[in-house]
Amino acid sequence: MTATEPTTDGPTSDDPIFNLLEGFVTELRTAGLPVSLSENIDAAEAVKHIPLEDRTAFKYALAATLVKNDAHWKTFETLFEVYFSLRGSEYAIDPDADDPFGELDLDEDEMAEQASGDNGQGQGGGDGLSPEELAELLYQALMRGDETLMRAIARQAVKRYAGMEPGRPVGGTYYLYRTLRNLDLDGVLERLMDQAKADDENMTPFDERLERNEYEARIEKLRKEIEAEIRRRLVADRGAEAMAKTLRKPLPEDVDFMHASREEMAMLRRAIYPLTRKLAVRLARKRRHKRKGPLDFRNTVRHSLSYGGVPAEPKFKHPKPAKPEIFVVADISGSVAAFARFTLHLVYAISSQFSRVRSFVFIDGLDEVTDFFEGVDDITEAIHRVNTEADVVWVDGHSDYGHALEVFWDNYGKEIGPKTTVLILGDARNNYHASQAWITKEIQKRARKLFWLNPEPNAYWNTGDSIVGEYGAHCDGVFEVRNLRQLERFVDNLV
Amino acid sequence: MTHRFESVDAVRDGLRSVDYLADESIAGIVYLADRLGKPVLIEGPAGTGKTQLAKSVAEMSGARLIRLQCYEGLDEAKALYEWNYKKQLLRIQVEKGDDTSWTDIQDDIFSDEFLLPRPLLEAITADDPVVLLIDEVDRVELETEALLLEILSEYQVSIPELGTVESKQIPLVFLTSNNTRELSEALKRRCLFLHLDYPEMEREKEIVLTKVPDISDNLAEQVARIVRSVRQLELKKHPSVSETLDWARTLVLLGIDKIDEQDAVNTVNILLKYRSDIEKAIKDFSSNSAQFEGQPAAT
Repeated sequence: MTATEPTTDGPTSDDPIFNLLEGFVTELRTAGLPVSLSENIDAAEAVKHIPLEDRTAFKYALAATLVKNDAHWKTFETLFEVYFSLRGSEYAIDPDADDPFGELDLDEDEMAEQASGDNGQGQGGGDGLSPEELAELLYQALMRGDETLMRAIARQAVKRYAGMEPGRPVGGTYYLYRTLRNLDLDGVLERLMDQAKADDENMTPFDERLERNEYEARIEKLRKEIEAEIRRRLVADRGAEAMAKTLRKPLPEDVDFMHASREEMAMLRRAIYPLTRKLAVRLARKRRHKRKGPLDFRNTVRHSLSYGGVPAEPKFKHPKPAKPEIFVVADISGSVAAFARFTLHLVYAISSQFSRVRSFVFIDGLDEVTDFFEGVDDITEAIHRVNTEADVVWVDGHSDYGHALEVFWDNYGKEIGPKTTVLILGDARNNYHASQAWITKEIQKRARKLFWLNPEPNAYWNTGDSIVGEYGAHCDGVFEVRNLRQLERFVDNLV
Repeated sequence: MTHRFESVDAVRDGLRSVDYLADESIAGIVYLADRLGKPVLIEGPAGTGKTQLAKSVAEMSGARLIRLQCYEGLDEAKALYEWNYKKQLLRIQVEKGDDTSWTDIQDDIFSDEFLLPRPLLEAITADDPVVLLIDEVDRVELETEALLLEILSEYQVSIPELGTVESKQIPLVFLTSNNTRELSEALKRRCLFLHLDYPEMEREKEIVLTKVPDISDNLAEQVARIVRSVRQLELKKHPSVSETLDWARTLVLLGIDKIDEQDAVNTVNILLKYRSDIEKAIKDFSSNSAQFEGQPAAT
């Protein structure tokens, strides 16, 4: 790109930006975002039309041209912050490198000024603030929702409490934790609420709740501000490429069920609803559009009348798609519980595509939980009930696939018919109990299809106490389903 | 090529003058769409003003809005063009007595005169300024999407009998999608992407203030705050901006100036449309306050 750039004065000054842009796009691609060449060109074109000093404008220009999926927005935003972060000596971590008359000190002055202007508590210029004063300022800022002040405090807090040292190989979360611990935001929230209650004597509980929401939103903003500040400093210390690497997170559809953090879990729960809706629409459509059932003789004759009795326009019956019956048998022991939850969620969300869905959960005992889902609007609620009420422990609450399958076969085996598809969910880690693999063989004989979904990576199968191979020998398919993408694909093919 | 808009600020002010409150990114992307001559794909939950944005842009720039509503089974004849075959038949009938040669007639009946333009063709052949809105593009089948590709990237339509019809102008094109299915990469690649989400609380308050006459600042603030906390619940369908507006209007009509818990419970069915959602919201309104009632004693 640089080689083709004309060497007149104007464009060459843009060069760093285009180089940076190229690095940025490469990083987006590494993170899994599909950025095509033409989109890359569009982005370069778009930034020509906006003032470069306007950072927000620059950001949405890139977003509009490079990111075409809302789920990827977060990844984009993080990378953008890293790549196009504000850099300068004032963000350096090393305190010696700090210009004594630099921006930070000015900030302190400003803050002191603000405080003294409003409350008469300021200590004047360069002395700096004591921790108590900083806490007081924080309280004031949150109270008034003063964003400039909040930003200044975020900087101060990071500088003071995070204890950042150049080159220290620690992640941003550690610094964030240290900063937040010192600020005691929960305490501040309580103080704000007490103040609000004192201000307004006849505040109803309902108002109080709204007031609390408002403060929580402001505190969240401050948290983001602190995070951004830490990130900026880390970028200044380590460089954009290194930071991008440590911040690289999988896209929501690629998050591994078994190793998802709490935030990722929340993200997955949010992602699953639109996913099920999309899947349901797609499946319903697929059904309707597969035409050409067998010839509809009566209809054809009827239409032939308009052609003088010649059956020129053959009519076909609408195909009656065979709606399979689904039995879901899910392991809900700790290690794979999340996986079972998402699969149940997905299966029930598209239950209209099946003639019947029955679900069973087990650890070492087995229990039918179909009733929990019947007539229930809210699948999340039902799954919660499954986790708390189902009777799945037989001896010690460690997975025992052999026993669970035996119970399943004894109690429900007769109900498996030629229209039934059985899905078994689990990692087949049997804690060295007897496998009872003959049951899968029997099930396969009776059922239309028997599938095994395993949330473990393929490479771990049949290592340690995993005996998925033993069961899998009698299954019509064993699939690795570790993330939403794979789950969606499987369910799509199932129908 | 002349541009419609001077600057991002001009777009924002223009939209504001027609009562559409655009945030930085909305105005910016509309501006970029004009400068780059690219269509805008607007995606987001229902009721966040996707269609309204196209309408407002048309209104502010004084352009005619041409709208193509997409649905399953939309085809070429409805979207692009159709031959007016009745007129063609008449033409052939008229010539029957004369000794005009067949080739002449053939040339004649496949000319502009016998072409019925449908929205897409109309948009690019128009002489006056137009804004083309392709609404709910996610409703057409994946195959039909391909119909749009030529017009979106080249602004031209190829008609086998006539040749290629080139555009007289590059219209501003908006496509909206409710995201019920993934659009094809080819379509996405040709567009600028704008995700419209529920607005921030401050912006929502402003929208309420602009759109609902006679509402007090205080009430608007309360409305926006409550809607924000309702949106934080895990619901089947979150309240949209239009539902917020309906709710605000109701409250004004009822003469409520300060919403208490009872009012909120009574009118929440305007905000939410599913029974389970309503129950959840009501539970949330009261359960949290119960928790707070106990709190002063504890502190």
